[in-house]
Amino acid sequence: MSRPLSVPTTTSLQSWGRLSESNQQAWYPSGRHCSLPGDSNSSLLPYGMGRSYGDLPFNPGGLALMGRALDRFISFDANTGELCCESGVLLGEILQLTVPKGWFLPVTPGSQFVTVGGAIANDVHGKNHHRAGCFGNHLLEFELLRSSGDRLQLKPNDPLFAATVAGLGLTGLITWARMQLIPVRSNQMSVESIRFEGLDGFFELSKESDASHDYTVAWVDCLASRGRGIFFRANHAFAGVGSEEGSCATQPLRTEPLRTKLLRTKRRSMPFTPPVSLVNGLSLRAFNALYFHWPRKRQDTQHYDPFFYPLDSIAHWNRMYGPAGFYQYQFVVGLRDGAAAISEALAEISRAGLGSFLAVLKVFGDRPSPGLMSFPQPGYCLALDFPRQPQLMALFQRLDRIILNAQGRLYPAKDACMSPQMFQQGYPRWQAFAQHIDPKFSSAFWRRVTG
Amino acid sequence: MQRVLILGAQSAIAKAFARQHAARGDHLVLVARDAQALAHAVQDFMVRGAASVQTIAQDLAQVEAHASLWQSANAQGPIDTVLLAYGVLPDQEANESSVEETLRGFWVNANSAIALLCLMAQGMKSRAGARIGVISSVAGDRGRKSNYGYGAAKAALSAYALGMGQMLHPHGVSVTVIKPGFVDTPMTAAFKKGPLWAQPERVAKEIVHAMDSRRPILYTPFFWRWIMMVIAHLPESLLRRRPI
Repeated sequence: MSRPLSVPTTTSLQSWGRLSESNQQAWYPSGRHCSLPGDSNSSLLPYGMGRSYGDLPFNPGGLALMGRALDRFISFDANTGELCCESGVLLGEILQLTVPKGWFLPVTPGSQFVTVGGAIANDVHGKNHHRAGCFGNHLLEFELLRSSGDRLQLKPNDPLFAATVAGLGLTGLITWARMQLIPVRSNQMSVESIRFEGLDGFFELSKESDASHDYTVAWVDCLASRGRGIFFRANHAFAGVGSEEGSCATQPLRTEPLRTKLLRTKRRSMPFTPPVSLVNGLSLRAFNALYFHWPRKRQDTQHYDPFFYPLDSIAHWNRMYGPAGFYQYQFVVGLRDGAAAISEALAEISRAGLGSFLAVLKVFGDRPSPGLMSFPQPGYCLALDFPRQPQLMALFQRLDRIILNAQGRLYPAKDACMSPQMFQQGYPRWQAFAQHIDPKFSSAFWRRVTG
Repeated sequence: MQRVLILGAQSAIAKAFARQHAARGDHLVLVARDAQALAHAVQDFMVRGAASVQTIAQDLAQVEAHASLWQSANAQGPIDTVLLAYGVLPDQEANESSVEETLRGFWVNANSAIALLCLMAQGMKSRAGARIGVISSVAGDRGRKSNYGYGAAKAALSAYALGMGQMLHPHGVSVTVIKPGFVDTPMTAAFKKGPLWAQPERVAKEIVHAMDSRRPILYTPFFWRWIMMVIAHLPESLLRRRPI
């Protein structure tokens, strides 16, 4: 029987870059109606799926509010696409429910194993940022539970709304959220993949596709000195329409293939952590060359799952970096100096020879981000994974300089080592944000970048 | 379309079980103590496709209330599927020195559950095709130092449910005794998790399947059958020296 656990229990929390934190107690809410643990003096921080990469979800010495326990749907209107659910519901669970009824998430990041609360707290973005903006742009309302006991129903014009979206979990516990989904006519995507040589090739493709395609993103081979890669652009496919892109391959909405089954059901898995990283200079060069030249159809129709969540198909893929784990470095630079900054950064990485096999380049649009601390801004966004090794810090410092010069910033959700200076210059509104932090909430990340 | 009664609807396994039946479009009747939590559960199961959800806020340890509970559960139509999913996991060490605590845990896990089964068996005899699932535990297969109070109650429950299954078989009613191993739920939040731990969603799915196919006993996940076969046959002298 569920004894709503009011007794906190010690637990070991993980983040996706394979950092862990064991000096933290876990507290499980028994439902969205229950109040925060008030008796303890330790500080609080919500913890969802641990899919942010660094120390963002940790709060050593404090209590972790285990948000995943709030996993109930509240309402869904299949006529209007309005969904209301608790904050611990996974984005993948939403898709499982709504895709067969013809509705899709307005914005989704590269993993479906994230909670709604986590998606709000990091104001995540996706491959459609140039059209749809951030996750927070599609929220109609949510409830914030403060340590004072106040339950605040916040709408987009509320100052605390703007602070809580991308608020890194520091403004209180989000208990539920109401959002607007987008209509789709099938569970399929019609995808084009186009090879490009040189960054100019990318910028041209991007410009040409932004108006015609909802989703655009590029994989970049960052070991190649002048930059090459594959540009992906896609739209939701039309079902049952006889056009050349949709006809035979699309499936009616109701027959969801098994792949959409969530969590621990028949997904391939990295069953253990190899003693050394499988990602090194040699394997990377081979992988990148292979991936670039791999024959693929220019036009294809595929299920949304492999299109949006290619890495989700291998559980625990982060283990391939070995016990040391990895760092992700994701930044955005402004439109004006951005193109030069991207090519400078890629050259720097290529020179260091520390390249990453996941290198993703994307143009952000100009839809204003809803949060005071939202990461996206109009410009170019590059994300890179590096196996953790000593030489990395020197490279990051060189990259930091390039980014600051181009009015850019790093993404806290992916970060484990940015300097206070890097954070405070990248997010000039951080002091205004700080006034909205709940007095009982804190995090390792926040203390690191503001301390 | 089934009419499913879930006793202890707030447990993690029961919640996952109810979601499976909601997605099939079944009618659900939920029993748990917390009325507020039940109200939230109704919304969740309705969104997930349940035909209807009725709730009864009731502490199942109160045996004298069982009869009226069974009556109201059947008020909107005869129940044909039951999952008995409630129980408590007492702290064995703390219970060693307390007769009262020991008996209280036993009361909830064994006495009250057996009382319910006895009551329902009478009502179900005339409902050929009905199914009853009883969540017991692998802990009932062998008395062990770490949780013999809990294990003793679950042993009683398993034996009762198995025998009742034999009694109901000619009436076309199947009883499935469910023995989960370690399941990652709020009840076990204080334990360190290892590779033997399973998620409640997986366990619930196996329960639905076992009840659908009217299996008499389900170890879940499957490997617990083999683990318990070994543990049940270990010599007592060994367990005295190396308790598990």
